[in-house]
Amino acid sequence: MSEHSTYTPGNAVEKWLDERLPIIRFSKEHLMDFPTPKNLNYWWTFGAILVMCLGIQIVTGIILAMHYTPQVSMAFDSVEHIRRDVNGGRMIQSFHAVGASMFFAAVYIHIFRGMYFGSYKAPREILWILGVLIFLLMMATAFMGYVLPWGQMSGWAAQVITNIFSFIPVVGTPLLELLRGGFTVDNPTLNRFFSLHYLLPFVIAAVVALHIWALHVPGNNNPVGIDVKDKDRDTLPFHPYYTMKDAFGMVVFLIPFAWFAFFAPDILGHPDNYIQYNSQVTPAHIVPEWYFLPFYAILRAIDFNLLFINSGLLGVIFFGGSILILFLLPWLDTSKVRSGNFRPMFKWFYWIFVVNFIGLTYLGAQPADGIYVILSKICTAYYFLHFVLILPVLGRIETPKPLPTSISESVLGKSHA
Amino acid sequence: MATQAHSSTNRRDFIFVATGAVAAVGAAATVWPLVNQMNPDASTLALASIEFDVGAIEVGQSVTILWRGLPVFVRHRTQAEIDEARAVPMSDLKDPATDESRTKEGHEQWLIMLANCTHLGCIPIGEAGEFDGWACPCHGSQFDTAGRIRKGPAPTNLVIPPYEFVSDTLVQIG
Repeated sequence: MSEHSTYTPGNAVEKWLDERLPIIRFSKEHLMDFPTPKNLNYWWTFGAILVMCLGIQIVTGIILAMHYTPQVSMAFDSVEHIRRDVNGGRMIQSFHAVGASMFFAAVYIHIFRGMYFGSYKAPREILWILGVLIFLLMMATAFMGYVLPWGQMSGWAAQVITNIFSFIPVVGTPLLELLRGGFTVDNPTLNRFFSLHYLLPFVIAAVVALHIWALHVPGNNNPVGIDVKDKDRDTLPFHPYYTMKDAFGMVVFLIPFAWFAFFAPDILGHPDNYIQYNSQVTPAHIVPEWYFLPFYAILRAIDFNLLFINSGLLGVIFFGGSILILFLLPWLDTSKVRSGNFRPMFKWFYWIFVVNFIGLTYLGAQPADGIYVILSKICTAYYFLHFVLILPVLGRIETPKPLPTSISESVLGKSHA
Repeated sequence: MATQAHSSTNRRDFIFVATGAVAAVGAAATVWPLVNQMNPDASTLALASIEFDVGAIEVGQSVTILWRGLPVFVRHRTQAEIDEARAVPMSDLKDPATDESRTKEGHEQWLIMLANCTHLGCIPIGEAGEFDGWACPCHGSQFDTAGRIRKGPAPTNLVIPPYEFVSDTLVQIG
């Protein structure tokens, strides 16, 4: 899809630069002239919103690191110091904490967009795989960032999540001590989490660059999921058409963002995190941040042994598998049709999957007893069945609706085609 | 000449592989200290062994002490609790262990075990749950009066640390 632009250096300086580092040519090709399907809807705007979110997190994070102290006796107080004493600190801390939630809200929409419109299918498998990798890096980064305020939820999140590694056969316990830097979660753990929490966003930025590179080779997917046939009729230059559309989307996205940050900065967190971490008392009810709840529900749902695998290891396998299975999605979905719009049966199962996922989110926040345990097991089973059974079978038995012959036809209607 | 060219190619291959192998070993040797620095440091390892006097703990009372930064439950069990633990058939247990194997002979009333749940490391609440032992509110694991897993996701019994009685009431842990 990418092709050489018509860029000709406008003056002697640009010409000199173009022969040495053709960065203006690159920007023109990839950020301005890039041919983009003319039918992208607002679900596609979340790509740009996510770039903005990463930018906000990096900028606010660098500033917070100027005031934060990664030491167990001071970490909790230093966050309060930021919120109470540092000029504008309350605002910057809110942007960072709320920003994490908004980042995940946007990434879930972005992922579910890709799942509905078949954006993971050939020729975009690498694009999808890089996206899942970014999601994993985001989860690791968010988890380590959550530990830094050293409250009761923070410290116990670190305890519980690092404990997952103890179930790996043979190397589990030594690996756990290596990761924690001690027999339990303590100062070395906090120090290294801070170091890595500062590093990983830059790794994410690098993988985002690869993600966009992998996007710009085949070009964008689009709501009807068919290829661009005629560049002139089916596409628009990215700038100004999508830069302006994305800018509008960002502004709309910033409205709830600002509401949370200014009026309810703590509503997405847990009150127990305002108690300093105590390694001897677990909060009565440990819950992660909302964006980890579905996977947490899967982790908790496994309380039984299977053959020679004990419940601990099995829980880890399902927990990890629930995310890693996304890497295989391009090959699990056997349908030749990309967009869910033309797949009558897939559409139903897609929405059942979405409801099931929301159900897991709800269950992850409930106490682990009674009916909730049973429901968690059912929802976990369905989550995996969707990938390993429903998607492969659907592609074979479903009769898709006829596809439009071109993107422009689908936009303009048949009479204009 | 052909033979000589052939043998010189072989020597070159050998040197190539040998250089690569040395480089790989060198790289591994360089990486190891970079990974090993993450292991528990000397100040953490220094807290390996503690002594604790259990004499002041009343029957039916529990205390939590710290060993290596880890909380340790020390419970002075009642006779009813001991009897209850011993009455459980092995077939009911997910991780079978006799009550005797979890205490020291002659000190059966003292149950000393790491407080962290074997599921994900939370601290269970004492005298709670369906089995009169400990119950972890986080993920629903329940333990009996010998600290054995009875219900929920924890795969194994609460861990007994290495310890011994140096006198009637003085315990050395670690």
